[in-house]
Amino acid sequence: MEPLINYITLSAILFGIGVYGLVSKRNALRLIFSVEIIINAAILNLVTFSTYSQPPTVSGQTFALFAIAVAAAEVAVGLAIIMVAFRLRSEIDVLDLKKLKG
Amino acid sequence: MVDIAFLALAAFTVATSLIALEAKEIVYGAVALGLSFLGIAGFFILLNSPFLAAFQILIYVGAIAVLIIFTVMLVRREVWLKLAEDKGRIVGIFGGFTIVAIILIFTISSQMAFQFPPKEQISFTVIGTILIKDYWFALEILALLLTASVLGALTLAKLEKEG
Repeated sequence: MEPLINYITLSAILFGIGVYGLVSKRNALRLIFSVEIIINAAILNLVTFSTYSQPPTVSGQTFALFAIAVAAAEVAVGLAIIMVAFRLRSEIDVLDLKKLKG
Repeated sequence: MVDIAFLALAAFTVATSLIALEAKEIVYGAVALGLSFLGIAGFFILLNSPFLAAFQILIYVGAIAVLIIFTVMLVRREVWLKLAEDKGRIVGIFGGFTIVAIILIFTISSQMAFQFPPKEQISFTVIGTILIKDYWFALEILALLLTASVLGALTLAKLEKEG
């Protein structure tokens, strides 16, 4: 097995990749990709701490189950919103969708 | 020392995540995203939680990745291939590195950083018990949330024929 820091480093790198995508991408689908990568990094962290805790518990794995289900719900609604935006404006560039601002 | 399986999986996951964000053709990006979900499932197996790995493959690779690929196919336009896609690439790279550095500084300064997992591991079959006994309320709320999100997605996606 690894020391804890390896997993923390990996999930931090994934989180950083997700933040980079959120900041620098204009395509709404890429933003969904970034959010998914961030959620995966968080879930990996939960499972890591669950395995490394002393005494061992499965609470972290249970939370990870909840997080996976919430992510599925979020993706369903997010993709539906993207479909509606595409149908209304035939474009999903978030800079072109600024008219949604009041 | 660093396990070879961990190293290979880490390289695979990070590379596919980067491809998902940077591939010119967004369909390849969606496929790479599904592969990165598979890599995370591999880490769950390395972390002694095969139940969660099965869930990750079922929900993420089986449902979410397929949903994303279908949406990409419905929404895709050729124009995106030529679209300059940087509204602040420097800011994004800088922000990502800053967050990684902050997390690593706090992790290294903590006492847990170089800890190894305990020898005896708890069996994943306890999850079922704990889910019903301790977290039953969260489970019910989760069921409501999933129903609400499916209803919301259907309402949003409904075609308005008249009016």
